[in-house]
Amino acid sequence: MLRRPARLGALLGEVGKYGRIARIALVERLAYRLDFILSTLLRFLPMLTTILLWLAVYAGAGQLSGGQLGGFSLKEMISYLLLVHISRMFSSMPGLAQGIARDIREGNLKKYLLQPISILPYLLSYRAAHKAAYITMTAVPYALLFFLCRDFFAGWPSAPVLAAYLLSLLLGFLIGFFLEAALGMLGFWFLEVSSFLYVMGTLTFFLSGHMFPFDLLPAVFAQVLKALPFQYLAYFPAAIFLDKVPQEALLSALMTEAVWALALALLASWLYRCGLRRYSAYGG
Amino acid sequence: MTATALANAAGPIIEVHGLTKIYRVYQKQEGLLGAVRGLFRRRYREVRAVDGVSFRIEPGEIVGFLGPNGAGKTTTLKMLSGLIYPTAGSARVLGFVPWERANAFRRQLALVMGQKNQLWWDLPAADSFALHRAIYSLPAEQFQRTLGELTELFGVGHLLRQPVRELSLGERMKMELIAALLHQPRLLLLDEPTIGLDVVAQVTIRRCLREYNRRRSVTILLTSHYMKDVEALCARVLVITQGQLVYDGPLAGITEQFSQAKLVKLQLAEEADPEPFRRYGEVVHADGPLIELRVARQRLAEVLAAILDQHRVLDLNVQDPPLEQVIARVFEEARPVHEVDSQLTTV
Repeated sequence: MLRRPARLGALLGEVGKYGRIARIALVERLAYRLDFILSTLLRFLPMLTTILLWLAVYAGAGQLSGGQLGGFSLKEMISYLLLVHISRMFSSMPGLAQGIARDIREGNLKKYLLQPISILPYLLSYRAAHKAAYITMTAVPYALLFFLCRDFFAGWPSAPVLAAYLLSLLLGFLIGFFLEAALGMLGFWFLEVSSFLYVMGTLTFFLSGHMFPFDLLPAVFAQVLKALPFQYLAYFPAAIFLDKVPQEALLSALMTEAVWALALALLASWLYRCGLRRYSAYGG
Repeated sequence: MTATALANAAGPIIEVHGLTKIYRVYQKQEGLLGAVRGLFRRRYREVRAVDGVSFRIEPGEIVGFLGPNGAGKTTTLKMLSGLIYPTAGSARVLGFVPWERANAFRRQLALVMGQKNQLWWDLPAADSFALHRAIYSLPAEQFQRTLGELTELFGVGHLLRQPVRELSLGERMKMELIAALLHQPRLLLLDEPTIGLDVVAQVTIRRCLREYNRRRSVTILLTSHYMKDVEALCARVLVITQGQLVYDGPLAGITEQFSQAKLVKLQLAEEADPEPFRRYGEVVHADGPLIELRVARQRLAEVLAAILDQHRVLDLNVQDPPLEQVIARVFEEARPVHEVDSQLTTV
């Protein structure tokens, strides 16, 4: 019992440490201002083309005025496509898996072994800082975009739904992070993982519902995809915002998402421990 | 202070017994067919990178770790810093088993590899130092004091706000060393800290390391290809060849142990034909009245007597061969026999 306060203090100290790391990572991120602004602006371009594509699809199906495809009206479809961008803003982790695999291959892993830090909390705080910077800096252009597109939306969701939406975005960030981190750990076993990661990236575009909502697919496929963790990267938050998740099911759905986040965190750290055993035995 | 910490403070910094590391290296087979076969059944070869090495290092020592490429120096450093596990043997570093990677252990250790850098490339070193402060949870006041002391010692205070990519190689290495010393480690492992640097930067870095060791009595184990580094810094050296420790002692003792020859420099009264001198030993250099001979140690007295008897000698000087040559010879002889059989002359 005597040790309890000391341990709590140590734990707070650890959290504070990663907080400070995040703050410094923020400074680092801001060193690349131009890259930042360009990558933000370039994100709007594909969005435009997808919207035009779906306009054509609905027109082709003769459903331009209020008709539905897979339970989505044209307006809902376009607001969905705008919303998955918000989801991906939180859940996409460009370069994370690639970076971990590179650190393994090039021996940079040693900084995590030599210094009193753990790789996953370190990368997580780093990523959180980058995301915070990114989301803050893109808030204005995104707000403008949504304002221009306001006619596609039925209006603001209720406060509890909005709260659930925000929570699902944060959990989506964690799921994206640990999923990508787990993929990066494959670098312990394979020399070159970039083509595998490319395939996974392309698949994720579909599996996460970034491409289109699962509801357009035959029910069986939709069910399967809704059982996988990928849906939390794009589909799930958007579906919450659009009231496609019944309010009484919200809590349990969020719980499931949290369990997925935890499971993937455990998976990533388990893979890291296994990989490290191998790395420490064979190479370094 | 706990009992273990107390024991750590008193005992040796590094204590290693029979440390052994065997790597399993995948043997790539020749040709396309071989490559395909390799997909299914892999052939491995065992490489004894480190083979039963034992030594101990006391607090405050600066020890040089010498050996040819591939002798096992870096592998040993990796085991001592906890990056890899040994296949056999034991090690205690700062009182810890290194590969258990206890945080208390990692807070007291630093490893710097000359060919790798830890600093953020596009940012000023000051930002990397701030990250370091966070990682090691250093109190602000202590951090500022140490940083001030180190930047003054290395003379790079004015470069702290300059992006690392704009620094010269030497300045960058100094920043790397500062980063490694910010948490005031008790043990500093250096792998080729001066590689690729110009002479001026090498000299500064040596001077700084020596001075820092004097002030803080940090223990240093360093590998280097530059004998000058070792001569300037290390009272004691370990020589490792083919994974085995072949020498542990003062630098000067290497000549004693490995060199079977002396260098005899003669200044004769008149120009001389070098030919008759060949019977005493190898003529290394002949220029008019100046003759330089390499003579086997056990024949030295006899040879000197004969020369003084038969030639008019104005000046005579007997030296040990240059350390660098001795070491190069030790390294060469450690290579597999078929590579050295053409050069088996004694030094």
